[in-house]
Amino acid sequence: MAEPLLSAQNLVIGYRRAAFGASQPIVPVVKGVSLSIARGEVVGIVGESGSGKTTLGRALLGLIAPMSGSIAFDGTPVSGLDEQRMRPLRRRMQMIFQDPMSSLNPRHRIRRILTAPLLLHKVARTMREADQQAAMTLERVGLPPGVLTRYPHEISGGQRQRVGIARAIMLKPDFVLADEIVSGLDVSTQAQVLRLIGALTREMGLAMAFISHDLSVIRAICDRVIVMRQGEIVEEGACDVVFDAPRAAYTRSLIDAIPLPVPDSTWLTRVDVAA
Amino acid sequence: MSEPRLLSIEGLSAVSDRDNGAPILRDVSLAVAPGEIHGLVGESGAGKSTIARAILGMTPRTVRITQGAIILGNTELLSLDARQLRRLLGAEVALIPQDPLTALNPSRRIEAQMTDGLRMWKGHSAKSARERALTLLDEVQMREPERVMRCYPHELSGGMRQRVLIAAAFALEPKLVIADEPTTALDVTVQKQILKLIRAMQARHKTGAIFVTHDLGVVAQICDRVTLLYQGKVMEHGLTADLLLKPRHAYTKALVRATPRYDRPVDGLIPVPDAVIAACRAEIAGFDGATHG
Ligand SMILES: Nc1ncnc2c1ncn2[C@@H]1O[C@H](COP(=O)(O)OP(=O)(O)OP(=O)(O)O)[C@@H](O)[C@H]1O
Ligand SMILES: Nc1ncnc2c1ncn2[C@@H]1O[C@H](COP(=O)(O)OP(=O)(O)OP(=O)(O)O)[C@@H](O)[C@H]1O
Ligand SMILES: [Mg+2]
Ligand SMILES: [Mg+2]
Repeated sequence: MAEPLLSAQNLVIGYRRAAFGASQPIVPVVKGVSLSIARGEVVGIVGESGSGKTTLGRALLGLIAPMSGSIAFDGTPVSGLDEQRMRPLRRRMQMIFQDPMSSLNPRHRIRRILTAPLLLHKVARTMREADQQAAMTLERVGLPPGVLTRYPHEISGGQRQRVGIARAIMLKPDFVLADEIVSGLDVSTQAQVLRLIGALTREMGLAMAFISHDLSVIRAICDRVIVMRQGEIVEEGACDVVFDAPRAAYTRSLIDAIPLPVPDSTWLTRVDVAA
Repeated sequence: MSEPRLLSIEGLSAVSDRDNGAPILRDVSLAVAPGEIHGLVGESGAGKSTIARAILGMTPRTVRITQGAIILGNTELLSLDARQLRRLLGAEVALIPQDPLTALNPSRRIEAQMTDGLRMWKGHSAKSARERALTLLDEVQMREPERVMRCYPHELSGGMRQRVLIAAAFALEPKLVIADEPTTALDVTVQKQILKLIRAMQARHKTGAIFVTHDLGVVAQICDRVTLLYQGKVMEHGLTADLLLKPRHAYTKALVRATPRYDRPVDGLIPVPDAVIAACRAEIAGFDGATHG
């Protein structure tokens, strides 16, 4: 395989527990994770709620510093970069957040939320250019132009999620970390967004880490999948291999708990193998 | 229908004060019997949360309800003032909101936020409220409930925050739960446990629920009935099995086809075709023409 776009070795990541006062030791929540993602590759990350997926993602983007281990993006070490040297990387690595309401400034209209980063990173040179690009991207994510004049709280949850997607892809990044971005979308919009993501990865060679609890979605769009539990990777491999013949008991229990869209009166009470 | 009703919504219509008074809800009616889990499905922006907010008297200022009634037990809710509504709903109706981070107060620890309702509505002492909260966190599969109680919301993962809100809603043993996409941030094993809890509560207290979700898998396994909305209008409603296995409306059929299937990786991911959207829009336009003309 060619040189990976993003690679991480033995990452240990933790938070200082404010709840106990600042003098407390840092407790690791990601405990020695290594991974690499090639250009144009879509890697799914699934796992237990609270297992450290978002934490891992934030570290990959240089938003939090790991306690130990190393991260390299396109050959450049990410950890330890100062803000000035981080700046060009920031545009190339984008994150779409799990919680759209809290990642969009509530006091700004959508137009400003979308155009400001374009101007900041000089992807657009004039306000007019920025407006045009914003309108085009909105259309690609299936939102009407009327959204531009709204504030984040004046649009629906799924509409907000797509604003977040639009904001990330319009900067033409090389890598996008998508944290649980389709769970709030209806299945038709979800299909539309997933197809869009497929097209972007093909056209722009966009690489993606796709955190999701929906294994059906992961299977549909990811090349590889990583399964996490309690801060560690318990299984990884090509989607078809992992899903058809899971090795870890935890992966099996996840697969058993997927609700299929066919009513089954025994599903809820069935005891799962690995539970 | 002669079944007893816990909640009924009759002919509810609403408009947005943005977009020149564009309709958001169009003559929506639905009923929830005691112990029934009623699925509310529909595309993003269809008005699901608007319905949830209307029941709770939380309609934002920029949305105006123009018609209809919401009846809980024997009381019409839309005619009550804020104080009466709060007294009535406080202990009987619980909301699991769509956006966990904004629903939690960022500057208070989880313990304080979870015990408030128990002390106010259930007469718990500080100590017994704390014990009850710990039990509830344990029931929603939270690891380290003691630590979680001491955390601020930003110190929890998305799924942990969602479970705090679910536990807080269950704490009140409400008659009606309005769950607005309550399991979107949960892994499937925890999700299954939450669905079991909802079923248990339903069996124990005859709790009814409105369950907003996009996941037709979840609908299939937990909902008794389903109402499907498109642009604020009910397109199809009925028993879950009928709706999923023998859909009548073209829109319902298309949604079933859009659903990705883990067991059939080549199926799904087909957006609702333009022709179906066009037909739905025509149906909406026809409805608007008939009501305004
Ligand atoms: N800012 C923070 N300060 C302290 N602890 C934190 C912080 N953010 C997360 N944690 C803790 O780190 C652990 C992992 O959280 P993380 O958000 O990475 O999980 P996750 O896998 O993304 O879960 P989910 O699927 O629920 O979103 C949790 O135990 C959480 O309480
Ligand atoms: N505060 C508001 N003022 C005006 N219009 C609003 C407001 N909040 C939502 N809307 C509009 O009302 C319509 C219905 O929104 P609602 O939040 O009920 O959708 P939803 O079905 O819950 O969608 P989602 O699945 O995306 O959460 C949308 O067109 C939305 O843009
Ligand atoms: Mg997360
Ligand atoms: Mg909603």
